[in-house]
Amino acid sequence: MKLPPLTRRQGLRQALRVALYGASVQLWPGHAQEMASGQSLSLAQMTEPLTQGARLLQQDVKIVAPVLADNGSLVPLTVQVQSPMTPQDHVTHLYLLSPRNPVTQMAVFHLGPWNGRAEVSTRLRLAGTQQVVALARLSNGEFRYGQMDIIVTESACVDAS
Amino acid sequence: MTMAFARIQWPERVLVGDVVKVRVLVQHPMDTGYLQDLLGKLVPRNVIQSLTCTWGQQEVFRVEPSSGISANPLFEFFVRAEQTAEMHVAWTDDRGVKGSWRQTLLVLPKSSP
Repeated sequence: MKLPPLTRRQGLRQALRVALYGASVQLWPGHAQEMASGQSLSLAQMTEPLTQGARLLQQDVKIVAPVLADNGSLVPLTVQVQSPMTPQDHVTHLYLLSPRNPVTQMAVFHLGPWNGRAEVSTRLRLAGTQQVVALARLSNGEFRYGQMDIIVTESACVDAS
Repeated sequence: MTMAFARIQWPERVLVGDVVKVRVLVQHPMDTGYLQDLLGKLVPRNVIQSLTCTWGQQEVFRVEPSSGISANPLFEFFVRAEQTAEMHVAWTDDRGVKGSWRQTLLVLPKSSP
């Protein structure tokens, strides 16, 4: 195969394109991969049906998970909520939300003061690179949330067959 | 389809007042309903709808998973140890199959060696 001769101008243009693409991937890792499920919900779209307008703050919730998950079918994830877990002040529900999965609400955990510590772990299925949200409902009706970007190289929604 | 089976784990030595990490591993395919089998037929959705852990009389943990939880789901949570009692894990899936597992969590008095 013979390529047409590349002029200096075309070469520069190509180099710039590659550089810009690389920069965009760096800035928005979530856009680096196109997903089959097609949807990408915003934070408000995910949380609004649950919070119903209650107070929502981004604090006290920490997600521990691998930054790069090779296999989307099994992503270990731990959520820690800063809470004294006393009968007066504890976490009642913990929601795991995904903006790109076909099913947004991945799991709901019901907790109470008998747990002693507001921390749960599980293993998720993720349909591609996305920003996973953990939403905690406190006993006083307020909500706290935390987010984490997880890069998934192989989606869980790809057929093995 | 294999029988409903679960495994529960906690530390060997649990004293009164400890906050104990409990791990529950359930054997379940958690079919999402989006994947096909080898013949190209869609596998119907079959996920655990709800799983509860009851310790003695107290329901200490409850989770409602969806297809977003991986096959053979693992759940870890904490519980404050008060007295020796039986931990009862029970779950139901989309087909209505119920599974359960019982194991006694031994709690030693605080001054035990």
